[in-house]
Amino acid sequence: MTSVRIPPVLRVHVGGQKEVDASGATVGDLLRDLVARSPGLGEQLFTADGSLHRFVNVYLNGQDVRYLKVLDTPVGERDAVIILPAMAGGA
Amino acid sequence: MTASSSLLDTIGNTPLVEISRFAPNPSVRMLVKLEGFNPTGSVKDRVALYLVNALERDGRLGPDSIILEPSSGNTGISLALICRIRGYRLAVVMPDNVTRERRQMLKMYDASIIDSPGSLGSNGAVELARRMAAEDSRYVMADQYANAANPLAHYETTGPEIIADCPSVDVFVAGLGTGGTLMGVGRRLREHNPAVRVYAAEPMPGEAVQGLRSLEAGFVPEILDPDALDGRFLVTTAESIETMRRLTATEGVFAGVSSGGVLAVASRIAATMEGGTLVALLADGGWKYLSEDLWRRDPDDDELETLNLW
Repeated sequence: MTSVRIPPVLRVHVGGQKEVDASGATVGDLLRDLVARSPGLGEQLFTADGSLHRFVNVYLNGQDVRYLKVLDTPVGERDAVIILPAMAGGA
Repeated sequence: MTASSSLLDTIGNTPLVEISRFAPNPSVRMLVKLEGFNPTGSVKDRVALYLVNALERDGRLGPDSIILEPSSGNTGISLALICRIRGYRLAVVMPDNVTRERRQMLKMYDASIIDSPGSLGSNGAVELARRMAAEDSRYVMADQYANAANPLAHYETTGPEIIADCPSVDVFVAGLGTGGTLMGVGRRLREHNPAVRVYAAEPMPGEAVQGLRSLEAGFVPEILDPDALDGRFLVTTAESIETMRRLTATEGVFAGVSSGGVLAVASRIAATMEGGTLVALLADGGWKYLSEDLWRRDPDDDELETLNLW
């Protein structure tokens, strides 16, 4: 199992938890397992064709997975996965 | 050097300085572009000048106009300087959890401040400003998140300065706010050498400033093309502050919190490189953060997560 950090805006779908465990060998498998456990997350994380929603960023050990292998990025049990909403930066 | 006819003529041409005592990988040459040397102390002087020039050129500023901009501080302060000199009115929509110095500087230049809820982060400021502009035609938004003049400022000034001072640059790292620096400098550097890699450092938002009502309230700046980046890295407030302090301790460079974040990410990237030259852009000096006592207090202090320091 890999621990996944859930942002405040999505916690309503996971019973208010800040971190949840999910299993999978890739980021895609991990997120799909998460959705199987908490179905309310499905529409939030994925578009109709199963790709990552534009306003969702997923980080593996602090690195945006869109610049790795996106949903095919390999994940290990000790990796840290963080989900964040896309937000405006300070400027 | 000749005398400048206006303070605005002193914007840009900031120093590029090697930081060999700080650099974690001796095989990688690290240099920092010190944007704190601009007149109001941040990289945003470049952007604000281009934004106001674009509004003037497009004939959008009439006698009743008020320039309106969402800003966590630096862009607002830069616009305030330019509006002072050129005689325009300015209103800045700013999250209510920024440092005291940012407010003081805006007041000093006689800009009006409109508070947006800090819990909504910069999203809240952008949303409120856009709503105000839609409801009152006197407001003219420069809109740094959507205006091509923002990346253009970096394409025409910051990028060429880096190439002139360091033609061998291989990697460029900067903070992600609007994306203007990364887009403009990145495009210019790649024209010089297509192999240049461009990386973004972005702040890990604290729990208290993620008050989005829904994911649909998410926001990707219009000027940001994610495909023009080679990677994006998260950095925590604590790591940003620790790195900012280490930079001051090793090199004497007094920079702001986002600069610490950028150098933390630059260090991670440098650690994976076999050699080459990395340039990091440090967006502002440390002056506007002194009131928070960041050089002494515990970087893990939970209260720091509630502030807008980027």
